[in-house]
Amino acid sequence: MTAMDLSDTKLAAEKLFQRKRLIGFGIPAVIALYLVYIFFAFDLPGLAQRANLDNAVTLASDSWSHKVHVTRDNRSGEISYAVEGERKGMYPEGMRPDWVSGDEVLTIDLGGDHIVRYLPDNRTEIEIPGFPMIEVQAEGRSLTSNLPEDLPDWISASDRRIGITTSEGRITLTGARTEVFNYFPGWELFWFTLDSPYHGQGVGTILFGERLDPTRSNIVGAVSDWWNNAMWRHKDVAWAIGETILMAFLGTMGAAIIALPLAFLAAKRFSPIMLIRAATRRLFDFVRGVDALIWTVVLARAFGPGPLTGALAILITDTGTFGKIFSEALENVDQKQIEGVASTGAKPLQRYRFGVIPQVVPVLLAQILYFLESNTRSATIIGAITGGGIGLMLTQAIQTQKDWEEVAYYIVLIVVMVMFMDWFSGWLRGKLIGRKD
Amino acid sequence: MADISLNTAPQSVDSLQSSYMAQVQRRRLYGGLTLLIFVVLMVSGFNIADERNAGGFWEGLHNIGDYPADVLSEAWAKRADLPALIAKYFPALVETINIAAVSTLLGTIGGVLLSLLGTRGLAKWPRLIPLFRRISDIMRAVPEIVIALVLIFVLGGGPVPAMIAIAIHTAGALGKMFSEVAENTDIKPVEGLASTGATWSQRMLLGVLPQVAPNYVSYTLLRFEINIRASAILGFVGAGGIGYELRNAMAWGPGRFDEAGAIFILLFGTIVFFDQVSSRYRNRLTEGQGQ
Repeated sequence: MTAMDLSDTKLAAEKLFQRKRLIGFGIPAVIALYLVYIFFAFDLPGLAQRANLDNAVTLASDSWSHKVHVTRDNRSGEISYAVEGERKGMYPEGMRPDWVSGDEVLTIDLGGDHIVRYLPDNRTEIEIPGFPMIEVQAEGRSLTSNLPEDLPDWISASDRRIGITTSEGRITLTGARTEVFNYFPGWELFWFTLDSPYHGQGVGTILFGERLDPTRSNIVGAVSDWWNNAMWRHKDVAWAIGETILMAFLGTMGAAIIALPLAFLAAKRFSPIMLIRAATRRLFDFVRGVDALIWTVVLARAFGPGPLTGALAILITDTGTFGKIFSEALENVDQKQIEGVASTGAKPLQRYRFGVIPQVVPVLLAQILYFLESNTRSATIIGAITGGGIGLMLTQAIQTQKDWEEVAYYIVLIVVMVMFMDWFSGWLRGKLIGRKD
Repeated sequence: MADISLNTAPQSVDSLQSSYMAQVQRRRLYGGLTLLIFVVLMVSGFNIADERNAGGFWEGLHNIGDYPADVLSEAWAKRADLPALIAKYFPALVETINIAAVSTLLGTIGGVLLSLLGTRGLAKWPRLIPLFRRISDIMRAVPEIVIALVLIFVLGGGPVPAMIAIAIHTAGALGKMFSEVAENTDIKPVEGLASTGATWSQRMLLGVLPQVAPNYVSYTLLRFEINIRASAILGFVGAGGIGYELRNAMAWGPGRFDEAGAIFILLFGTIVFFDQVSSRYRNRLTEGQGQ
């Protein structure tokens, strides 16, 4: 009899082992098969052709460096100097970078013995070590140069346009203009633009030195020039971050305020009528299922782009989520406390206030604060769609495809913002309901 | 009875009562102040948001139904085409789901590694715990859209940028949740395995993962739900899938509302479907009723 039992058990155990072995091999095999399918469905082999590594290089180098353009207009002979070639970064009249010298013959020293000379009559001389001196003459729309027939791959030349890329900088020549780009590390003009008197001054000079601008004190002037910096737009960026956080705050809190009473209607314990309960639950499922994306699209039609639309989209979606979570929390409250309060003769409203709310508040607050952090991220994305906040600035900066240092700046700010909200919600949770550990 | 007890210790009860009332009043004051600050924040926040919005809240409120009504009426008028349109956009939907599934898969693998390497008592290199925790914090903090937009620029549009972006965020988010679970594991099986000379990966695979599997799977399912939404949204900013089709359909405007309607239906149905399926399995897992 024991032998019979044993063989039975053994059989069962072997079956179990077999099943486990099957699962042990089966699940990884299914995953591997799926990944193979994805490999082709997402066209990963074709990705190599689509990927643009030049873009990656531009992105990587531009995000931490800036370039100064020295441009000669070949029609008027006028020379201009501008950071990133932007009007906002233009050097004022009479000022120029110190690596440019000469008047008749303009000598641009790119460093590493790379020298470009702008000669009169739209002639240009380019000296590059290890390469014969390049001479170019611009006439009307065409260029004549002494470049040899077979060129190294860092020079591209036609009779309309010549481009030279060196390790020290880039030179492009066309009939209309001659441009030299000199690269430097760092985010130029981050503090002050060139037209501000505080540009190039040390911290000490600004704080303790003589007045640089006679009409206002140094600190006031410096702060206002920094705040209104046209290149980096610190004021707009601060507003955008404020808008993003505002969207998350309004959306989360509004959703919690609306969801709480509705959650009572959806909880079995507090809402005896099946029909109301089911209707509320379906409502929660519906607003959650429609999803923030569709709500954003629909609301943007009614309210136009902006932070309010984003806040409302978060509010509506999260009302559903909160309603579900809250009603689950309400179902799990301990009846004893409510009975205790009822035994003192408390009316229904008082029973809720003193019997139910104290039990669910910690759960509710923890969820709300967690969503506040998570919604800061959602608000960044929704902002990119509906047109508000830092998400919009980031998308615009990426779409223009040239201000990569600004993109890098925004990314850093977004990460800092989310980490701050994460820390802040954790801190608030600790203050309000005590630390978990 | 009450009189007697009151008479015996009138002072102490009085002082108790007054100190209690004082306490209650102070708490009410603090509570009232907090509430006041909160209300002020909400109202002023609403006003700022309203002011900076292109259209005002009150003017827009009665238009809120216009767009859905337009879409629905047009979709209803062309309801005969609807099945064809749904079939047309189904591949895009599959792409969106695939993005979510792959990124959840990759993110879960990353999250498991990050959590095990970042949990006290389990980590392979205990000195590097803070490093792995910071890595998972940063991965969690970067919104998907940031990575997706940058990768779209480098890799071109399509599902891959969205997949990578969501996978990175998922790894970070799951890394944190997983490590909270892993902290509460029973260390004895791990020690037992260690005494037999098991390597770190064997200890984790055989000692820890069986303990945490139900919770891990439950969190992963929840993430999958979230990631379907995320991949639909990323499509809208150019990463392929149903979101991309929705943006195109919307750009055409009236006359093509039936297409937008079909996409709305698909997206809504998908989200609700996966919500229900995953919450069903999650309930089974967390209640220990898994068969």
